[in-house]
Amino acid sequence: MTAVPAPAATPASPGRIAATPGQIALALAIAAFLAMFLVLPVATVIYVAFTEKGTSSFTLVNFYDFFRTELFMRSLWNSFYVSAMSVVWASVFALPLAYLTTRFAFRGAAIVQTLGFLPLIMPPFVGAVAMQLFFGRNGSINLLLDDYFGFKIDFMEGLNGVIFVQSVHYFPFILINLSAALRNIDRAMEEAAQNLGSSGFRLFRRIVFPLAMPGYLAGASLVFVKVFDDLATPLLLNVKDMLAPQAYLRVTSIGIADPMGYVISVVLIVASVLAMWLSAQALKGRDYATTQRGGGGLARRKMSPGEAVLGYGVVFLILALVLAPHLGLLLLSFATIWSFSPLPDGFTLAHYGRVFGESSIYIKNTLIYATIAGGIDVALGVAIAYLVLRTKLIGREWLDWMATAALAIPGVVLGIGYLRTFYGVTLPDGTPLASLWIIIVLALAIRRLPYALRACYAALQQISVSLEEAAENLGATKSRTVRRVVVPLMAGGILAGFVTSFSTAAVELSATLMLVQSNSDAPLAYGLYVFMQSAAGRGPGAALGVIAVLLVAVCTFLSHLVIERSQKAKGMDH
Amino acid sequence: MNASIEQAAAKGAIVTPAVSVEIEGVNLSYGDNHVLKDVGLSIRPGEFFAFLGPSGCGKTTLLRLIAGFNQADTGRVTIGGRDISGLPPWKRDVGMVFQSYALWPHMSVRRNVAFGLEERGVKRSEIDRRVDVALGLVGLSHLADRRPSQLSGGQQQRVAVARTVVVEPKVLLLDEPLSNLDAKMRVQVRRELRELQQRLGLTTIFVTHDQEEANTICDRIAVMNDGVVQQVGTPMELYEKPANLFVANFLGTANILDGRIAPDGRHFELDGGILIAAGRDVPPGSKLVFRPQHAILAAADAKGEGVAMPCAVTGREFLGASVRYLVTIGTTPVAIDVPFQSGSDLIKIGAQASVRIPERSLLWLSS
Repeated sequence: MTAVPAPAATPASPGRIAATPGQIALALAIAAFLAMFLVLPVATVIYVAFTEKGTSSFTLVNFYDFFRTELFMRSLWNSFYVSAMSVVWASVFALPLAYLTTRFAFRGAAIVQTLGFLPLIMPPFVGAVAMQLFFGRNGSINLLLDDYFGFKIDFMEGLNGVIFVQSVHYFPFILINLSAALRNIDRAMEEAAQNLGSSGFRLFRRIVFPLAMPGYLAGASLVFVKVFDDLATPLLLNVKDMLAPQAYLRVTSIGIADPMGYVISVVLIVASVLAMWLSAQALKGRDYATTQRGGGGLARRKMSPGEAVLGYGVVFLILALVLAPHLGLLLLSFATIWSFSPLPDGFTLAHYGRVFGESSIYIKNTLIYATIAGGIDVALGVAIAYLVLRTKLIGREWLDWMATAALAIPGVVLGIGYLRTFYGVTLPDGTPLASLWIIIVLALAIRRLPYALRACYAALQQISVSLEEAAENLGATKSRTVRRVVVPLMAGGILAGFVTSFSTAAVELSATLMLVQSNSDAPLAYGLYVFMQSAAGRGPGAALGVIAVLLVAVCTFLSHLVIERSQKAKGMDH
Repeated sequence: MNASIEQAAAKGAIVTPAVSVEIEGVNLSYGDNHVLKDVGLSIRPGEFFAFLGPSGCGKTTLLRLIAGFNQADTGRVTIGGRDISGLPPWKRDVGMVFQSYALWPHMSVRRNVAFGLEERGVKRSEIDRRVDVALGLVGLSHLADRRPSQLSGGQQQRVAVARTVVVEPKVLLLDEPLSNLDAKMRVQVRRELRELQQRLGLTTIFVTHDQEEANTICDRIAVMNDGVVQQVGTPMELYEKPANLFVANFLGTANILDGRIAPDGRHFELDGGILIAAGRDVPPGSKLVFRPQHAILAAADAKGEGVAMPCAVTGREFLGASVRYLVTIGTTPVAIDVPFQSGSDLIKIGAQASVRIPERSLLWLSS
């Protein structure tokens, strides 16, 4: 090979192309979709916030107006206050549950962890109505208190009500993250400290808590952002001086031309980006997952009888509290009249009859919308995960970043953006694009895409690249390999992503509240919201809520079964 | 396994005319990291060839380049005279057995083995027949309907081999196929691999960092280090006539004595000041290398042939067939193997002795 006069010796091999034409086309299609339905609406909102009404000249006067208006400043402060206090109370609920179930030999730890998830499968505003019945001024608890002790507690008055409902609803985020962090601490970490003379509370404060801190922060920032963005709960509790409700009210009552709704939207985006950025900063370089091979989590201590009574008592109280909305909802859905009494006066099935009779359209719509949204999400999720992890396409990470950026966009902002962007676009027959039901589906899909994407991402990361190379080596092209090896192996993750998207889309309201134009296009959550507005609608509303909870629970359970079975069949359960 | 191979061969089931593999002027970099440097190799038809070297030497990169998973910056690979450099992996027709086996967990053993034939559009009945033959070849017919996770490591490895040879590739690539097996299985499986390769007459390239594996089953070996092919030869050639210090060190144990040509030009002066009659021209910049079993450890004043160097005995290891003495010549630690015979006297630790090496066993090597 030395002195051979090779023909223009050894040209650069043609093999080093970044991607196939198919991959490029796919990436461009995804980018176009995200640009159209995520970037454009959000950019429109920001653009409108910074332009003078009626003209297109740049101005800061809208923001000046915002900061000058007493109502908006109060709303801003209230939103911060409610979010921060919700984090505090959610921590109060989550800390004992996480600590007791991971650190002690605690009977029923699995049940506690599972029950802890329950609040999440119901929209928070649905729980709000049930909580009113138990904890409101004339709810069960206060009636009993008044009867026996002669005083009442304002659990549900004003901002307190929002804080109470939100913390009960969102505390599982902290519970899940904190429990995982506690479980991931290597036993040797603790034993090393004990060996060096540390024990008891000092050991907890100096070793266990700092190691679990990243998990706690991740959960806490999520709770903060969720509460800050939530629209329906304050509205249903008749709290209007918070940011998200203000944005909604400005746009719906004054019109989509009023700049204030857009200014508030920008403030909402900034706040949620800021909260996520802060938690990311705090977490930077602190991946404390310290379990090593053969390690196992923290040692589980046996509780003394006294501790056990205290421990189980605390857990029981918290679980009773977080399950109260579900119980209340169930009672309400069967109640004839429930007013000024600790329990309903009588029971009936009439509400269910009514819901299935005249409101089954809501259920049907929800099933259709959530299925399509979930389908879009996993299709995009698989495609983006594949492009990012398996190709060398230039700029592929941008797809990931764009899709994930949807996390930082509050639902109400996306709703406003869709209205503004697509109302001007009309179909040939004159109907605005924004009034079509498919727009609701797209909003749901964009909102839930980050979750499905992470599930697909994780599933693909678990597949060894050599499994794909083996297929190519045996003659399968890239697309054949995807179809025969990649997708079948990702099936579990895809299903998990679909169910996450489906079940959260099924109870989503923030974005859809803006976009529902007619009752016949409305999903279940919207129907619930409408029902819950009137006293007469509360019964059927509760019935609808119970159906929603069951729907989500059944889907989650079924997918869990399917995933477990397929894992077992693949022999990946060990 | 023997019987099944013979049956299969008798049926004429897998017939692949052996082809050569030529690698010419291959360079490959990842950014600033020059992984393969002007690699050229010529592998003969039907040969069992090894890429041997420490981890990071580029051997797996080179193998993956042949399979089409890496692309060279320059150079080309031809198989049977046909340039395959521009072909995607699925059009190359080189069978690769992966280090992790890469068996698809969602398919049964049978479906794993059938995969490549299905991709080639072979008729169903033909697929079934050939899968049966291939599974018979590796002695796993009875496990065809199991999932890969239900098999032992050795069985998985055989499925991986069956899955690859069933498509009758032109070349068989084995990426450290024994590294996931325990020591006993390794010896057994490597014999089976060799036997299978001989039966099929398939040009085979084997990547390993284990010199014993390469020595026992390969016809020829390319020793690689730092992206450069150091030497190509049969195992015996590499051991007897290593081209440089790296090869001498990597294959077997080598004692290396640093020094320089003495001012008189006829002696080699070791670092400790000991002079050796070089007897012939020593290439400049080289070091004195010898194998532990080629030296004799004798009393300090003993006379004999070859060059002699005074040494101090510092330690002793019993290896079974021999006793390895650890001695220092000047300041350099050196190992000397003495055949073990029961009843023979052992040299005391701390004693002064002399190392004597026959002149034909002296190697003058540079890096």
